[in-house]
Amino acid sequence: MTDFDYAPALESRSIVTIESEYGHFINGEFVKGANHFPTINPSNEEVLSQISLGGAQDIDRAVASARVAFESTWSKMPGKERGKYLYRIARIMQERSREFAVLESLDNGKPIRESRDIDIPLACAHFFYHAGWADKLEFAGVGSSPRPLGVAGQIIPWNFPLLMLAWKIAPALAAGNTVVLKPAETTSLTALLFAQVCQQAELPAGVVNIVTGDGRTGSALVDHPGIDKIAFTGSTQVGKAIARAIAPTKKKATLELGGKAANIVFDDAPVDECVEGIVNGIFFNQGHVCCAGSRLIVQESIAEEIVSQLKVRMSKIRVGDPLDKNTDLGAINSAEQLSKITALTKSGEDEGAMRWSPECALPKKGFWFAPTVFTGVTQAHRIAQEEIFGPVLSVLTFRTPQEAIEKANNTPYGLSAGVWSEKGSRIHWASQQLKAGVIWANTFNKFDPTSPFGGYKESGWGREGGSHGLTAYLKSAEEGGNNE
Amino acid sequence: MEFYGLVDGTEISLRKFLQTLSGVDQIGAEARAAMLATRSIKTSAKNWAIDLAISMVDLTTLEGADTPGKVRALCNKAVRPDSTDSSVPSVGAICVYNDMVAIAREHLDSIGGSHVPVAAVSTAFPSGRASMAVKIQDTQDALDAGATEIDMVIDRGAFLSGQFQVVFDEIAKIRTLCGTKAHLKVILETGELVTYDNVRTASFIAMLAGADFIKTSTGKVSPAATPPVVLVMLEAVRDFHQLTNHKIGVKAAGGIRTTKDAIKQLVLVNETVGSQWLSPSLFRIGASALLNDLLMQRMKARDGFYPSPSYVSID
Repeated sequence: MTDFDYAPALESRSIVTIESEYGHFINGEFVKGANHFPTINPSNEEVLSQISLGGAQDIDRAVASARVAFESTWSKMPGKERGKYLYRIARIMQERSREFAVLESLDNGKPIRESRDIDIPLACAHFFYHAGWADKLEFAGVGSSPRPLGVAGQIIPWNFPLLMLAWKIAPALAAGNTVVLKPAETTSLTALLFAQVCQQAELPAGVVNIVTGDGRTGSALVDHPGIDKIAFTGSTQVGKAIARAIAPTKKKATLELGGKAANIVFDDAPVDECVEGIVNGIFFNQGHVCCAGSRLIVQESIAEEIVSQLKVRMSKIRVGDPLDKNTDLGAINSAEQLSKITALTKSGEDEGAMRWSPECALPKKGFWFAPTVFTGVTQAHRIAQEEIFGPVLSVLTFRTPQEAIEKANNTPYGLSAGVWSEKGSRIHWASQQLKAGVIWANTFNKFDPTSPFGGYKESGWGREGGSHGLTAYLKSAEEGGNNE
Repeated sequence: MEFYGLVDGTEISLRKFLQTLSGVDQIGAEARAAMLATRSIKTSAKNWAIDLAISMVDLTTLEGADTPGKVRALCNKAVRPDSTDSSVPSVGAICVYNDMVAIAREHLDSIGGSHVPVAAVSTAFPSGRASMAVKIQDTQDALDAGATEIDMVIDRGAFLSGQFQVVFDEIAKIRTLCGTKAHLKVILETGELVTYDNVRTASFIAMLAGADFIKTSTGKVSPAATPPVVLVMLEAVRDFHQLTNHKIGVKAAGGIRTTKDAIKQLVLVNETVGSQWLSPSLFRIGASALLNDLLMQRMKARDGFYPSPSYVSID
């Protein structure tokens, strides 16, 4: 051996038990579904389990049980008591974090390093943070006696299954709402394990209900008259459909939609850390990140150096088995997503951008895509405009700071952005000009439950996290409503 | 070409060059090092890394209490780290004060260890606070006694007061003195430079002035060879190679006591400069206690259980 070949270091999957079939979690119990569909491991296409396909009846029962729980117990319970349940859930999740991490990597395809070090700890942190809010709601900024909205319908995506569940459920419960949550079709397993945690924590029946299924299940939830609020994270296309569907109703909504974030690199950026940030920005979670730094906008004078160092760094990215502790880039979540990424990258080539990937052997089975960078990209290219949601970076250049900002804002999205410079005044100036909900300076893709997250323009409505996110589940006493 | 054609020996050219270096973001550098520390090195990869690490150890004794007996004992250990297993490689070098060089060289040669070089710490190690005449004499003594590696310290006082050319000139002079007789390792003493920006700047000054190796620390100041410091130095070496096509080695010294620490360093090397640097000619680990931990891990891999420390020699 002349090279340092890391021997496989597989996390054991024996820690987690996967049932052959799952039902829905309604009113504190698992109930058998009528029809099922398979959920697979995207890294090898192995069928992991059969998931129930929820229909209008299942949604109906779940909403009814959430309504009863809301009116009879949860909204009446003192905040301090609700906080105890949230703390208990957070602690159990921490205790079972290896189970959650392995299951998430199996079902989603993300590397165990990320599920273990990022997804699961952050999900726990969201419960801990919101547990602390439960008895302090009068300080959230919606008047001296804020009230919950009622029953929240929550629809989450497949890119961070458990983390998005935590973002949705923790604030809703802290504020005194009950929920009906629909996980993404391809990644239901950690939500169903979370249902077990709710049982273990002896959470009152009906406070959390989980109905699995596909888009039809989600749309039944959105259309249900017993829902007071919809919280959705997913594509802008579906977000718009939801907005249309609830427009004639009194339902409130928060929508976390797509993004095409600009990562702006000025000529005085710290090169190595910047390259690292570019890599984290676009290759974290296979680029399945709505706030991914998918457009690198780099000052022309250092573009060559940055791109060449980026290529050196990209050749060190370890693509492979998500359960291997040394894997950096895992599997693409589904065949459908893979074909979307493939089609968009093809358009990049067709439109004349230069495509580059390091040499890397991709596994034969499963859904895989090598880390890819396009140079010579212009604003007119599709790959500079459309969200690829995969490990594909587009590199554009600029000459003046003003031009960087104009290019960065020249998109229908506005979820996040990054600024790289050693000059503090320039960072402040740039972040004031950028139309994006989150701006990272000399870092990228950092998350914290205390920090609000959300977008401008077609990236969504409202914020999640921090007191901003909490108020999206509260109303002032003056607002009144059907739950008084 | 002198100084790789990048500077001409004048202060203005050195300052001009240093201005072209990008800064180092502390949080980013520490995060990268922490991420690489999560690499899980097991089974065959671990066994390979242990033997490589043994061959990279600069087995060191730098005490006021050093005696010829102690140095000879260390030489025995350097040549055959495990007397019960001849497949264990010799270490990279023996590292001693200059009055012990001749004793070490003579003893190594007499026990079949002529392949193990002797390194001498030099230039008023560890503080570097002496006149240039003394530093030159110090180095000359070590060379005359048979040292083939010189571990010099930079003048941190000069560096921190912004006299980069003074630092450069000292290194260049010692470089000339070493000629082709000895490899020059330049100790930055990163624990006194404190910031990663300083570490990067000092690395480049040393490389430009003719260092064969840049070395983190004397071992007398803490913190020493922390993973982010070594990362920043490896990045400097990588950039210097891209610039000049010249490979400079890195020596991580101080605070590396366990096999786990050593393997983390090898991962840093592998993922920053690449596998070409995974050789004792380009990466060394300055240590004393580390060697025994490596040997015990090696026995564990061979026998399936950890030996009692009594099975490993204390020198």
